[in-house]
Order: sequence, then structure tokens, then C-alpha cells
Amino acid sequence: MARKSHVQTTINGETVEFLCESRQSLLEVLRDELYLTGAKEGCNNGNCGACSVILDGRLVNSCLVLGVETEGKSVETIEGLAEPDKLHPIQDAFLENAALQCGICTPGFIMSAKALLDSNPNPTEHEIRYWLAGNLCRCTGYDKIVKAVMDAAKETSA
Amino acid sequence: MQDFSYVNAQTLSEAVALLDENGEKARILAGGTDLIVNVREARRDVDLMIDVKSIPEVNVLDYDANTGLTLGAAVECYKIYAVDAICDAYPGLIDATKIIGGTAIQGRAGVGGNLCNASPAADCIPPLIVLNATCVIAGPNGERELPVEQFCTAPGQTALEKGEMLVSLKIPAPASNSSSFYLRFIPRNEMDIAVVGAGASVTLDDAKQTIVSARIALAAVAPTPLFAQDASASLVGREVSEAAIDDAAEAAQAIARPISDMRGTAEQRTHLVGVLTRRALNGAIQRIRD
Repeated sequence: MARKSHVQTTINGETVEFLCESRQSLLEVLRDELYLTGAKEGCNNGNCGACSVILDGRLVNSCLVLGVETEGKSVETIEGLAEPDKLHPIQDAFLENAALQCGICTPGFIMSAKALLDSNPNPTEHEIRYWLAGNLCRCTGYDKIVKAVMDAAKETSA
Repeated sequence: MQDFSYVNAQTLSEAVALLDENGEKARILAGGTDLIVNVREARRDVDLMIDVKSIPEVNVLDYDANTGLTLGAAVECYKIYAVDAICDAYPGLIDATKIIGGTAIQGRAGVGGNLCNASPAADCIPPLIVLNATCVIAGPNGERELPVEQFCTAPGQTALEKGEMLVSLKIPAPASNSSSFYLRFIPRNEMDIAVVGAGASVTLDDAKQTIVSARIALAAVAPTPLFAQDASASLVGREVSEAAIDDAAEAAQAIARPISDMRGTAEQRTHLVGVLTRRALNGAIQRIRD
């Protein structure tokens, strides 16, 4: 059996310790070890963005990060976004704009949108479309997602 | 995914010693956007990943208008295009760093990894070639340097010998009246692999009319990215004109030896070399004049 490493990291502001094999991706650690199943496995090769999380402030595909690489780092996932009694403005905007249908891509899109608005509070539609190019959605046709992010930007930068 | 060990190396000498001890089944892990996929899909047999991101030398991002750029091998794309002075000095390299994958890929992937992955279609390699980049390589016998156009030897293969790793890339300071440009053809707007890529750097005289020097490089038309030496030399001393650009494009087409695959036919690729070479040269010239 493969040897496991002890890893300590911060996830959504809380210190978390886990054991994982070197070959386990951050996505596998989140879902299978920590039961944070918001990040989704789509392509598992960096094309679809369903597993998007924010690592030390930067958007990454968690399927392309090893769990052991997150020692001492900070991870933000979809689970950390809403307050107990209040959705995050991006989540509200997705609901208001009907920016999801099946929903499997949604946590990735929302984390990607959050990373965008964290770094650029007033993006243009063009900037939003390019920023989100690494997130695939097979239901919505993207327009409603882009509109939701534009609305969220208005809300959060107001 | 196959089982492997992971070491977070702290120094170059530690990483080099591990590479040397473990041979071909040890691989350097930087951004992991190619390596992790290749191991997961069983295209590479790896039993040790050596994470180099804690090693200071591979994280250097230092630009000086007199001495040029030192770009650590593990510096992620997004850090490079965040520095205005680097964007101004090497726009052709910036063109490439902004089109490698999407935002999440650019948060992990770097120019050094793109080079070491040695894909014939790598977007960063033509700009490195036209910008005269030098590879700084560390190994069991110390450091050596290699011009970037000699680094890739075959698809996925590099000039790195046993125990060697890429530390950084050195790019000379741009000459006055010079600029660079990179573009690729893909059938959509984003998130794709080049059918053909072309990079150019051009230096003009003070009147911005005559070409003092030029370098052209191509991706995805041979087993490795190509430096188009004759095409580049053909421009030296000529006035900027459609004829001069056309002659260079034709010379670039002459060295392309593309294959036909799912992304395009050899005939289409050869045609594209002409189109993209013209656009890259005109793009670089336009940037000098703007």
C-alpha cells in the first residue's frame, strides 16, 4: 500500500489536517478525504474547470494540483462562500439570472468568477468571457453565466 | 494514477541529486499541468516527483532594462504578465503566456515547464527563440547554458542529460526600435492547441524603415519548434515592404515539415506558416512604430 503523507493546510479559513498519498490530487483529497464534494470531477485533465478552487489567492484546477503540494497553503472552495444565512452575491446572481441548469459546472464557474472579481471588481464582458474560457458548461450557452457575473460585479463593487 | 513518491526539494543541489539518483523515472514538478495529466493518463512512467517550487533560483523573476530578464523555470504565467516592464519589453512572450490554457492553467503553468514539456506545438517556445533566450541548466557537474533553439530534440524530449534540470531562462534586454509578436492558428477563440504558431522579433533602424535584424520561429510544423534561420536572415538590411515580408514567409514555409493529424493537414499547416509569419512580422513592426 502506498505511503501516506501528513498535510496541514487551511481550507476556507480553517486549519485542516489530512493524510494522503502523493498521487492523490487536491480534488480527490477535497472530495474523498474531507467530504467537501462541491468541487466536481469533470474531465480530470484541466480542460473543463468543474474542479476550480482558489489556491493561495489564485484560481487553479484542483485536479492538476497534488494534495501534498498544499502543505502550508490556503484553499478556498465553494463550501466557504456563503454565510450561514446568506448566499454570496455571485451565488445570488447565478440564481437570479438562471445561470445554471444541471449545475455540475456551477461551483467551478462561481469560484472562477470569485477569483476574477477579487482581482478585477469591474470586468468588461470581454474580460469575463476570456477569464471564464477554462470553464465549460453544456447547458446554458454561457450567456446567462456571463450576465450573472456582470450583475454580481455591479452588486459587489457598488 | 500510478503510485509515486513526492519530495518538496529545497535547494538546486537536492533536486539535482535526486534526479541523478533516480534516473528517468524521476520528474521535476513545477506547475504540473502537463506532468500530472501525463502520469494520470499513463503516458509517462514516473516513480518520483520532485517539486521545485520552493527552490529560490527557479522562482526568480527579475527584469532590468540593461541586462534583460531572468525568468525562473517555475514562474507561473500570471506572474509574468503582471509585470508591466516585462510586458513592454517582451510583448511576443506575453502573447504566448496569455493564451496557454485558461485562467486556472495560467495560475500554475509556466514558461519553463512549457519548454521542458517539449511539445512541438508549445506556444512559449517560438517567442523564446525569437527573443534569443538562453537556458540555464543545473546538473551533477555544475551549471551550463544552452541556446533555447537547441533545447528540444524530439517531441517530449530535451537536451537535458541525466541529473540535469532547467533553472531559468535568460533573455537579453530588447534593442531600441525592436519588438516581438507571437500568434497561433486555432479553430476557436481560446483554450486550444496551436495548429501552427509563429513568432517574430524585429529590430528597425532609427527611421523605423529598414530592418536591422529579425528572428522568426515556428511551432507545430516539425518534431520540435523551429528557428527559421534563412527566413530571418533574408530580412536583414531590407526596407520594410510587402515583398520583404512575403520573401521571409516563403522561406519560412520552405523549412516547415508538418504532419497531417486531427488538428490540420500538412497542406493547411504549410499555408498557415506563410500567413502567420507575415502576421507575426507585421505585428512586431507595428508595435515598434506604435
